[in-house]
Amino acid sequence: MAINWFKYSAPSTFYGLAGKLIPWFAWPAAILFGIGFYIGFFVAPTDAVQSEAYRIIFIHVPASILSMFIYLIMAGYAALGLIFKTRLSAMMASALAPTGALFAFISLWTGALWGKPMWGAWWVWDARLTSELILLFLYLGFIALQASIEDPRRADRASALLAIIGSVNVPIIYYSVQWWNTLHQGSTIKFSGTSMHVAMQQSMFIMLVACWLYAIAIALARVRSIILERESNTQWVKEVRE
Amino acid sequence: MNWSEFFAMNGYAFYVWGSYGLTLLVFLSEIATVRHRRKLALRQLRLINESGDAE
Amino acid sequence: MNRLSLISLLWLVIRRDLLLAMRRRADVLTTLIFFVMVVSLFPLGVGPEAEMLRKMAGGVLWVAALLSSMLSLPRMFAADHLDGTLEQMMLAPQSLTVMVLGKITAHWMLSGLPLVLIAPVLGLQFDMPVAAILTLMLALLLGTPVLSMIGAVGAALTLGLRGGGVLVSLLVLPLTIPVLIFGAGAVEAVNSGLDAVSNFALLGAFLLFALVFTPFVAAQALRISME
Repeated sequence: MAINWFKYSAPSTFYGLAGKLIPWFAWPAAILFGIGFYIGFFVAPTDAVQSEAYRIIFIHVPASILSMFIYLIMAGYAALGLIFKTRLSAMMASALAPTGALFAFISLWTGALWGKPMWGAWWVWDARLTSELILLFLYLGFIALQASIEDPRRADRASALLAIIGSVNVPIIYYSVQWWNTLHQGSTIKFSGTSMHVAMQQSMFIMLVACWLYAIAIALARVRSIILERESNTQWVKEVRE
Repeated sequence: MNWSEFFAMNGYAFYVWGSYGLTLLVFLSEIATVRHRRKLALRQLRLINESGDAE
Repeated sequence: MNRLSLISLLWLVIRRDLLLAMRRRADVLTTLIFFVMVVSLFPLGVGPEAEMLRKMAGGVLWVAALLSSMLSLPRMFAADHLDGTLEQMMLAPQSLTVMVLGKITAHWMLSGLPLVLIAPVLGLQFDMPVAAILTLMLALLLGTPVLSMIGAVGAALTLGLRGGGVLVSLLVLPLTIPVLIFGAGAVEAVNSGLDAVSNFALLGAFLLFALVFTPFVAAQALRISME
């Protein structure tokens, strides 16, 4: 049975599909957050060096990973939109940007709250935190550029180009910052030497999946609004009642 | 289960709950914002439809 | 008109931009004055202690160079955009990529090169040793073209938008961070008595990489902005 995947590349059909899919991502996300939290707080033991403060990593690490992952996916959709001129791809990129930026923000906030008790300062110019900050700037630049351009087509294409340039730059920026950090002998946020207890790994992984599912659900919800806004002059949208 | 110990997080309560609290806040506000955006979009559509019907 | 060779085309565009800029010398000078002013603000902000200023000098001059380059970016395409020349350039059968490279080169000669030349004077203000000043000049020489090139893409994307220089800066500054790190790093290395060769190698690599890709990308960005 050949599924015509391209059927869903039109905003009109994707709108309905997205709506049906959201609960399938949202509920598992909520459940996994619960399980991950439980394992992280009630099963994983207290760390010898970092006491209870280390439990922040169960949200800090997934948020960091996801902020970078979403940027790449966003750039991917943007590239698709640029190459194949599909409006929906550009809309997905726009839908993902705020979520990615928020995860970067969560990563920075939780990173600071982890750094303060551990290293005494609210901000350590650790390579990863600094790169995360730059990533947040890249997200904000993308969002700002889209917001500044009136014509939706130009906005899509310009921000797509920016996203692609950004994703090429991200590895360069990351390694530059890492080099800079080792040069200045900054502290690296690392674990207390010994390998992680299995429950810690489990919790982190489950939280990562939970965040990922949440991101998909929220992006699908947002893209539905974007579709309604941008396709408002089409017939099928006029007939949408719910 | 000693709840007061749980909430105290060995003295690190501010940092741990500050982190998870903010995360929860971000998620909830993101969900609220997206729902609000949807409401606005639907309202806008209704206005367009009505002015279209009135013609 | 006969088909121009690429080099002739490049030279034509550079000459034109330089000529136009000479008629508006104020634009070029204001960028330079901004650079000097920003650099002079730092000691006023952090205190005149010589040891600290010497350590900060490389970083301060680099950040100021970044900011000055950003400020002058809208100029690259704005004037031609307003009077329709840009549109003509895009419709012409000649290579837009080469024309953009010409504009970038002219921009650098007017905003990047002056910074390289005035840096030693400011270096003295910060009591930098001679070796550090020379390192800084060479690093700026390699780095400021990259700033103009990345900036060109930003300027092309934001063509005609409100928000002007600030929006371009927001988009471009994060991308210029590697240049900043290795450029300032070169000065610091020399100050610590270490070798700055690896820094220069990386700056050179950035320059070549940018040279190969940015004119084309900027030309595409222009097409996106102008449709």
